Amino acid sequence: MKVLVAIKRVIDHNVRVRLREDHSDVDLTHAKMAMNPFCEIALEEAVRLKEQGIADEVVAVSIGDKSVQEQLRTAMALGADRALHVSCDTPVDSLGAARVLAEVVKRESPGLVLLGKQSIDSDSSQTGPMLAALTQMPQATFASKITIDGERLEVTREIDGGLETLSMSLPAVVTTDLRLNEPRYAKLPAIMKAKKRPIESLDMNMLGIDATPRQELLRVDIPRERQAGVRVDSVDELIDRLKNEAKVI
Amino acid sequence: MSDARILVIAEQEKGHLSSATTRVMDAAARLGGSVDVLVAGSQSSQAAQHAARLTGVNSVISVEDGAFDHMLAENMSALIKSLAEPYTHLLCASTTSGRNVMPRVAALLGVGQISDVIAIESADTFVRPIYAGSVLATVRSRDAKKVITIRPTAFEPVGEQSAASVSSADSTGEQGLVTFVDEQLAGGERPELGGARVIISGGRGLGSAENFRLIEGVADRLGAAVGASRAAVDAGYVPNDLQVGQTGKMVAPELYIAAGISGAVQHLAGMKDSKVIVAINSDEEAPIFQVADYGLVADLFQALPELERKL
Repeated sequence: MKVLVAIKRVIDHNVRVRLREDHSDVDLTHAKMAMNPFCEIALEEAVRLKEQGIADEVVAVSIGDKSVQEQLRTAMALGADRALHVSCDTPVDSLGAARVLAEVVKRESPGLVLLGKQSIDSDSSQTGPMLAALTQMPQATFASKITIDGERLEVTREIDGGLETLSMSLPAVVTTDLRLNEPRYAKLPAIMKAKKRPIESLDMNMLGIDATPRQELLRVDIPRERQAGVRVDSVDELIDRLKNEAKVI
Repeated sequence: MSDARILVIAEQEKGHLSSATTRVMDAAARLGGSVDVLVAGSQSSQAAQHAARLTGVNSVISVEDGAFDHMLAENMSALIKSLAEPYTHLLCASTTSGRNVMPRVAALLGVGQISDVIAIESADTFVRPIYAGSVLATVRSRDAKKVITIRPTAFEPVGEQSAASVSSADSTGEQGLVTFVDEQLAGGERPELGGARVIISGGRGLGSAENFRLIEGVADRLGAAVGASRAAVDAGYVPNDLQVGQTGKMVAPELYIAAGISGAVQHLAGMKDSKVIVAINSDEEAPIFQVADYGLVADLFQALPELERKL
């Protein structure tokens, strides 16, 4: 079985985001970029499926300008067998990405598509379910456990208030939550080797896809910060203030 | 704005309408126009009666079919698509169900989706948090049909009115793509994080799963929900469904007590909209104190039992 993993390049999760002076967008100039952490989990799961003999090929795909090749090389260093770069000069939104990925699915016919549950920049959680809709595949979002038994996939999902287990036939789309696994680090020899490996390239303009963003970003703002309040000296004072000042208990 | 025709997709569990849905109604009211509510599932008629009494509801569509239990995305999205034609806006709470179903709906309709809306500027312009809530984006939709998830805690529950009419619609039924196997809900006596008035969360400062009982003791005194930081979840003290933060639940209770939580950005993203925040931590330099209305520098293992005793 072939596993397709979608990879997104995002700002490193340790970097504090700045705004452009005119508030037209965030300012990513010179910001450190990295693979979206949830995509790392998706990739790790694919590599583990291969190590267990369930998958025989792991294909990493990313959409964007030339810079996303950096994350595709990381993906190969972490165990992806092939990397596919769908090139485009302007960023795509979730629907655009899902349409591109649906085209890739048509060409690659994977048995399983793994994506992160959300990217830590737009925080939308949309691309996985959108891809599932466009390819008429079943979907399991927010996966914390994946079991494959022949043609059937059982996924435990993180839902509000607990866990839910679904069963579906393959091919399917799964988006990965935090607890699914703990991604490995790439080893130096693998990183060096991945630098020399070929990356397949596909021009988005040749796919005949309408990827016009469905939303226009009007402005960005920093939310009003909370101010630090008072220090209390004892549990008694805390209870007193919560009762008589804040009136919340 | 008053030309809007809105369909709110309700969430219900065994005939009980979710509290998140009553808050989505508030967001719908801010859009203006007429609001219908879709209630689907094997016991939808009971929840539909409740939905019909929510202020601002024009009519309720009830589809009684077990195919829609657990909000299975494949079945729900087919149903919503079949009903979508007359509507300008499709709204659902940005719960794990809403975030699972609505992108699928949007893609079936060939439109974008606007996730986790916290403010409505106009019928096509919305504010939503990005970058873990450290930035607010104002976005304008270019689509004729807007598929939106609403962050429930950013809106108020609506009141009640005299009941609107309830009608039924044809079920699109089982799509045959997925089967529900089972669920394990934490539940118990405590309220759920999403709807709780008071929340007490523990962090790595608790030191062990056993010590989380100290949190539970205070929670039971206050009738509070129990939450946790990602650090506490990663350390294996509590299951992930208790996690508050960017990668967990977004909460905004009247009172949020953070005990032994340092205050990482990703945790603050999930709770900084709470009305009153209390921080209890032995480290007086902990960043959590910068957002706390009341800070107590103390040893948790003394402060929490004392709090439990004196409340």
